[in-house]
Amino acid sequence: MTQPNIAMLHSRVRVEEKLLIQAFAEHNAPVDLIDDRKIVFDLQGNGWGKYDVVLERCVNHSRALYALRILNDWGIPTVNTYEVAAICGNKLETTSALVRENIPVPRSKIAFTPESALQAIEELGYPVVLKPAVGSWGRLLSKINDREAAEAILEHKQVLGTYHHSIFYIQEYVHKPARDIRSFVVGDETVAAIYRYSDHWITNTARGGHAENCPVTPEIDRLSRAAAKAVGGGVVAIDLLETAAGELLVNEVNYTMEFRNSIDTTGVNIPSRVVDYVLAVAKNR
Amino acid sequence: MSGKIAECPECAANVALPADVMEGEIVQCPECGLELEVLSLNPLSLAQAPEEEEDWGE
Repeated sequence: MTQPNIAMLHSRVRVEEKLLIQAFAEHNAPVDLIDDRKIVFDLQGNGWGKYDVVLERCVNHSRALYALRILNDWGIPTVNTYEVAAICGNKLETTSALVRENIPVPRSKIAFTPESALQAIEELGYPVVLKPAVGSWGRLLSKINDREAAEAILEHKQVLGTYHHSIFYIQEYVHKPARDIRSFVVGDETVAAIYRYSDHWITNTARGGHAENCPVTPEIDRLSRAAAKAVGGGVVAIDLLETAAGELLVNEVNYTMEFRNSIDTTGVNIPSRVVDYVLAVAKNR
Repeated sequence: MSGKIAECPECAANVALPADVMEGEIVQCPECGLELEVLSLNPLSLAQAPEEEEDWGE
């Protein structure tokens, strides 16, 4: 079988990108590295026709989204697809997609003005969580404990933010143990999972949370694969919350997953599993 | 280490680069702690890494 033509679209080269490059090498699969800061797409042309698959590893959601839209319009397979990026890159889209498939998620309300948002907040009760629809690494998450704080944050979001911040995404505060769970789904398999421990209510390892192996129980596996399917599948990382009643809720889904802290912790060569998947997509073209 | 040493553009300290260093890679100055991006390998040049933006993430 001739070698597939593979490209990896990236921005700054993170640990994950280097691990993926190493995994491609170990699979004897040459890969073209394309920096999204240097590309120009000619919408009437198709300079990427030679590629059998493009692995997206941009650090900007907006660049990933539109690059994937263009590449998929040209019929070039990508990991992940534009559809997955559009859903996972926006928490409102993600939660809506999960609800459509009856996947358990924290109670969530959407409002468009500070007044209606305050009503939604009071309906959910305090503490409550506000999140920007587009954002990651725990950025701009607000845990609001009372009405005065709610009023202040709503005003600040409306006045100081771009119009995105007036799409108020309001979620019940889930009283979880001092951890959440991140599971890694590649294709139709939950390949690994970690606990992310933190004393802070935001458990992202990007903000100091530390990772420990989490056994992939049948329930974590079933829920993770169902969530991955609901957002369009591919290579995604699922954030799960354990409720006080012992139920699992899907908090969000990440489509350019980071896994630097999860390889030694789980003993699973995640970048290698990702490359396996990318090669399979190229072969099926 | 690759033996490649670059100079921190902020504090002029020596920044040792990994053997498999790549363009676009992020390193940290051991002296001032600044996040640096490897702009080019030949000639070797580092610059302050771009600040995190609103839509950065995974």
